[in-house]
Amino acid sequence: MQTLNQALFIFFAVLAVASAILMVTRRNIVHGAVFLITTLLSTAGIFLLLQAEFLFIVQIILYVGGIMVLFVFVIMLVDLDVSMRLVQFNRQWIVAGALALVLAAQFLFAIWAGRGALRLPAMAAEISPKNTEAVGDALFSHYMLSFEIASILLLVAMIGAVVMAKRRVG
Amino acid sequence: MIKTISGMDSVNTTVLGADEIILNMGPQHPSTHGVLRVKLKLDGERVAGSECIIGYLHRGVEKIAEHRSYQQFAPYVDRMDYVAAVSNGLGYCEAVEKLLGTEAPPRARVVRTILTELQRIASHLLWLGTHALDIGALTPVFYCFREREEILKIFEKYCGARLTTHAFRIGGLQYETYDGFEEDTKRFCNDFSKKIDEYETLLTENRIWVGRTKGVGILNAADAIALGVTGPVLRASGVKWDLRKAQPYAAYDQYEFDIPTRETGDTYDRYVVRMEEMRQSRRICLQAVENIPTGPIMARIGKVLKPPPGEVYHSIEAPKGELGYYIVSDGTTQPYRVRVRPPSFINLQAFDKMAKGSLIADVVAIIGTIDIVLGEVDR
Amino acid sequence: MGHLIPQSIMPFVLPVVYAVVIVAVLPLLAGYIVLMERKVMADMQARLGPMRVGPHGLLQPIADAVKLLLKEDIIPDKADRLMFWFAPLVSVTMALLAYSALAIGPAFQIADLNIGLLFILAISSLGIYGIVLGGWASNSHYSLLGALRSAAQLVSYETAAGLALISVLLLAGSLSMKDIVQAQSDQGVWFGFSVPFGFFIYLVGSIAETNRAPFDLPEAESELVAGYMTEYSGFRWSLYFLAEYANMVIVAGIATTLFLGGWLRPGARYHEQIPGTSIEFLDALPALLTLGVALYCLSLVPKQPVKIQKIVMALVAGLCVIIAGVLAGALVAPPAVMQGIHGAFWFMAKVFAYIYAFLWIRFTFPRYRFDQLMRLGWRFLIPLALVNVIGVGVAIVLRQQWAWGPIVSLIPTTLATLGVAMLLAKDDAPVSEAQTADGE
Repeated sequence: MQTLNQALFIFFAVLAVASAILMVTRRNIVHGAVFLITTLLSTAGIFLLLQAEFLFIVQIILYVGGIMVLFVFVIMLVDLDVSMRLVQFNRQWIVAGALALVLAAQFLFAIWAGRGALRLPAMAAEISPKNTEAVGDALFSHYMLSFEIASILLLVAMIGAVVMAKRRVG
Repeated sequence: MIKTISGMDSVNTTVLGADEIILNMGPQHPSTHGVLRVKLKLDGERVAGSECIIGYLHRGVEKIAEHRSYQQFAPYVDRMDYVAAVSNGLGYCEAVEKLLGTEAPPRARVVRTILTELQRIASHLLWLGTHALDIGALTPVFYCFREREEILKIFEKYCGARLTTHAFRIGGLQYETYDGFEEDTKRFCNDFSKKIDEYETLLTENRIWVGRTKGVGILNAADAIALGVTGPVLRASGVKWDLRKAQPYAAYDQYEFDIPTRETGDTYDRYVVRMEEMRQSRRICLQAVENIPTGPIMARIGKVLKPPPGEVYHSIEAPKGELGYYIVSDGTTQPYRVRVRPPSFINLQAFDKMAKGSLIADVVAIIGTIDIVLGEVDR
Repeated sequence: MGHLIPQSIMPFVLPVVYAVVIVAVLPLLAGYIVLMERKVMADMQARLGPMRVGPHGLLQPIADAVKLLLKEDIIPDKADRLMFWFAPLVSVTMALLAYSALAIGPAFQIADLNIGLLFILAISSLGIYGIVLGGWASNSHYSLLGALRSAAQLVSYETAAGLALISVLLLAGSLSMKDIVQAQSDQGVWFGFSVPFGFFIYLVGSIAETNRAPFDLPEAESELVAGYMTEYSGFRWSLYFLAEYANMVIVAGIATTLFLGGWLRPGARYHEQIPGTSIEFLDALPALLTLGVALYCLSLVPKQPVKIQKIVMALVAGLCVIIAGVLAGALVAPPAVMQGIHGAFWFMAKVFAYIYAFLWIRFTFPRYRFDQLMRLGWRFLIPLALVNVIGVGVAIVLRQQWAWGPIVSLIPTTLATLGVAMLLAKDDAPVSEAQTADGE
């Protein structure tokens, strides 16, 4: 079982990284969107391996099934020829590239310096079977305020979107 | 010869607004009921203008008429409105009879009335089935064809043909009614009212049907009269005008029937008017079949027809509207000019008025509700 | 058997077997559901339907499958080849994947997930990509618009259907499909009867989810905008088709599990037994029904025109006899086996009844126009579903605080939802916003 877990983890991790790389290197933007979807699905798979089943399913329903659908809609409705003709590389790409390298070097240094601390607690032999219920309990007791604020934020965004769309048509 | 019936400001491809596109429907399209090409100028989802391009089925019927004798031309008229061939024949025969100054004998007139009313029912049934099919109701078309089959069987027993019947002759009828004609007609009419109730159950009160047809393709009475629209389309817009009552022909003055009219002139009203017309036709048939007068079926007009020089315009209430024949005779056996006033052609001109402002999905319903037959539009 | 298979693989054997069975049976099942649809359609339209291929058209799906496999594979010139290949794949994969959480019997389930229901919902929402990418890949403006409309419709009705399912989840207390059926067994009433509005909302939502009439504007042939499937032909098209019918079976399966008691026998409390035996009347029903079908098929054998058709009909009758035998044999088998086999029978019967309702509705009603469809979803179904959820919450409080019974506690909910439905329906009178009288 341990080896199966490891094998699956490697599979999902490789899939996630490969999809991410493919996503940023595609010329065709719809292909890029599809690879973003596979990246998100692989991340969801990793959540499932960590026994966080609620997070797994919500990642799929919301991220892949909701937000990415929105992305894809917009990509398909926007006039792509215009955006394709825009200049691909900014004039300051040398400076940008240099900064990116510096940032990457910092990341690598941080990871190498803290490599001893990457010790996760052993997976609990007895996993609480009711992940969804646990998340629900937590949301409605300890994190009630954040939950309500998030809901109101979403409601405001929805109303704003409806108002803006109406104004354009009406 | 491709002609165009232009919408108000004709659809000019070079002058388009920012969001406007031209959409071409047809000439091959499952819902244009024939070879009709419709160019729609779309502003987003709404129709901003339209143009009907016809002529794909033009066969030069009116020109052919100048080179045929009067009796020889009679089969040609069936091919115009091929869905309701008997009415075409009735209009033509009566027009020539008027030119000759004769009249068909009473028995012939009554049998003509019965057959024409049966044909009206058959034409409306076909219209109902296809119109419902366009709007998505998959079942009524089969029920309508089942009933239409019964009428076509009566026609076949009477004159040998189901569709292009050439049922009437100038001066009366060629064939006597067959044994059992009255029984068949009575049986059909008795069964028919239950069947219309069946169709009404499926459609009339159905929310989806009402939603798709109410308020769609509105044509008000003033516009209808100005455009020359006739038939159920006119009556649904509120104008109570039916040639069977206004200028009775055949035997219509002997029978009691109502003229259904509605007020708004939308697709739903046209549906209700035609359903009611079917019921009234059934009523006429039942009254007529009760006593068909005895006597000759053909007037005494001789074999070679040479009407005196002159002109006549005679019109009848065909299922689709006022079908008129304007015949000019120069004294020879062949007419000098036969001009047909096709109801579908003239009703189609109302399409632009009805379609402007509606959604694309309604265009199909609007084409269906005018009830056009391209054979008649193009001749 | 446990000795032959190493311990590490043991937990995987049964699920893999079930998965193989489902993936193997499903295309055949989808094909026969298509035949059923054509026959039912014909019956409602006063005709006979396919009659030539096999007796009474029973081999029609096989003929169709062979034809589709042999057809030329045409790809439009400027189409995006990767997406063109990928899109039907997504549709079919998601449709088949959803079966892994469906519980057909108490032991007949590929995976008893804690979040079974959510899993199926998530997979259904992934199925939208098959449509959107398919429309995109066709490189046709109208295919794309049709696909996007279809996707918008799916998303809207998913919300309504999901809310309807939530109301049932509150009563069941768990997301696992098995537990939901168990809850219905414990409470003694199927949720379709205690929460009828939830059932109704889910029924309408599922019809829209699967793009069936009266919500099939994006697919209809007589409409101007070509559907997303237009450019697909042959095997690719059959994948989309398979996905559509597999989806139908999935939503029927969800509805059966949540609203119609899953594998529970109707009249589970009715224990009247056949005198002299310990077999209950209702348990003998499946075998008797199947035997009746077998006898009917046998009676049709002499009426077949051709010898080969007689043989096939006799084979069908034989098949029915074998199934009847299995069902009858299960009566005397250990209870687990009997529950399994009879559970599967009742489950399939309910799924087919639900699909029959789909077909019936398809051939009765005309099609909704797209804006009317969206209005129905957003302004009628979703508010109704929200009221339903709140009402069920109230019912649960009634049960917990004042110990009302399982059915009685839901009566106020049903009445409240009914009231709101009538209000909304009156509000929402079918007025077409198409135009005013002067055509402006």
